[in-house]
Amino acid sequence: MLEVSGLTKRFGGFAAVSNVSFRLAEGEILGLIGPNGSGKSTTFNVVAGLYAPTSGSVRFLGEEIGALPPAAVCHRGIARTFQIPRPFRRLSLLENVALAAFYGRGEHPPRAKAWEMAKDALALVKLPTHPAARVDGLGAAGLKKLELARALATQPKVLLADESLGGLDEQEMEQAADMLAMIRRERGVSVVWVEHIMGALMRVVDRCIVLDHGEVIAAGKPQDVARDPRVIEVYLGTDASAVQAVTDARVA
Amino acid sequence: MEIFDIFLLEAVVNGILLGGLLALLSLGLNLIFGVIDVVWICYAELIMIGMYAVFMLHTQQGWPLLAAMPAGIAIVAALGAALHQFVIRPVLAAEPINQLLVTGGMLFLLQAAATLAFGIDFRNLGVRMQPILVGEMSISAPRVIAFVAALAGVGATWLLLSRTFIGTAIRAISQDRAIMPLMGVNPDRVFVITSALGGALAGLGACLLVLQYDIHPAIGLSFGPITFLICVLGGLGNLLGGLVAAFIFAQFISVGGFFFHLEWGYVIAFAFFIAVMFWRPQGILGGK
Repeated sequence: MLEVSGLTKRFGGFAAVSNVSFRLAEGEILGLIGPNGSGKSTTFNVVAGLYAPTSGSVRFLGEEIGALPPAAVCHRGIARTFQIPRPFRRLSLLENVALAAFYGRGEHPPRAKAWEMAKDALALVKLPTHPAARVDGLGAAGLKKLELARALATQPKVLLADESLGGLDEQEMEQAADMLAMIRRERGVSVVWVEHIMGALMRVVDRCIVLDHGEVIAAGKPQDVARDPRVIEVYLGTDASAVQAVTDARVA
Repeated sequence: MEIFDIFLLEAVVNGILLGGLLALLSLGLNLIFGVIDVVWICYAELIMIGMYAVFMLHTQQGWPLLAAMPAGIAIVAALGAALHQFVIRPVLAAEPINQLLVTGGMLFLLQAAATLAFGIDFRNLGVRMQPILVGEMSISAPRVIAFVAALAGVGATWLLLSRTFIGTAIRAISQDRAIMPLMGVNPDRVFVITSALGGALAGLGACLLVLQYDIHPAIGLSFGPITFLICVLGGLGNLLGGLVAAFIFAQFISVGGFFFHLEWGYVIAFAFFIAVMFWRPQGILGGK
């Protein structure tokens, strides 16, 4: 349903992303991994409409969306979360999410319906739904959940999840990975999931693409990707625990 | 009561009434800055245009005041939206000093245009109302009307900001404008609506001022600076701070003027402003 082909994004002379292609099938969770600076977030920003591609195309449900502004991309059904959560701290939790519910699809739902959609999204990620709940006091995991709830409230078909595991402890990471799997199951959303650590991600994704210096160096099933010599060299070599995680996953 | 005490009480009451009006005036300017991060230096000139609009519709076109005033508010709201669209938008990403210069240019443009269109004569609606007598105090009726209407305007704005989705979007965009489009919100649209709202508040201010003051092209200069200083005093962009600062400032003007001389009230109020800037440059309640 989402097809990125030959995507290149240059900033001046620096190619943050060069000639990246991938396809996301309906209902799939696709991992987009690679070390810091490998072009993952830039790819997301292009797909979400925050940057225009230098060349290449982004097609969503058959429509070219590479040149659309971010609000229009959101209206078509692509939602993006951020690695570093950016909540509106002076709004209540519910207001944060209700805004996304009301404006997310371009055509406004009735007000009462928007509040319901916001509560549903908060309940799905297990955050409090009462109107007085505040953003302050949420820990790292809570803020990540809020990012997810806000994205889900726009009723997306595709969720771009940016480092949903970043800043979390081991247990929270496992829970966050389960949550993305649950969201796919409950909402039928397709997910592209960016991460620079592999651990918990490998167990949940259907397929995986590895970026390095803006280029795709491997693609396929997580266990195959983890054995790719180039991936081990540029990436997994620095993260032995991920190799272990994949091996464990295969054994289990 | 001693006659001195009555006059003092009258000064305090007048200060409260003036505070309500100044609170309304500062609210629009503060809202614009809080949301769009641009100071409309020409804010008071929008009020001046609104005063002329009400005056012309009433005296030249023969509209009743209660029709001319809503029309005046609508005209200034449209002017506010146009100001954003055609003047602010092109400099939205420019340096703050450029934005100040552009809106400062608009100040003189509007003033000169008003001079061209209406001449330099002082105009007056000619509305005469009996003062309201409370005990031994005599309170000006237009001031009471202005106070009540100003508070109603502030209250309506608060309801809009807290109870509607566009109001929530306005509050949200003042915190993080970059992320709004990812929730499907078009920031340009929110900015235009905010500007129209700021314009409408200026228009309401115009309706209330026109009951009390003569109209002339430079009238904006007599309350524009005060409006801006009140916003800074409360913490630029902090709506609640602006309201608090308006009432404090008005007491300095009114009671200060009572103890010394009318003009001394302003001297004391501005001296207080400068002192606060040394002590709390971010304003009494801090910035937005």
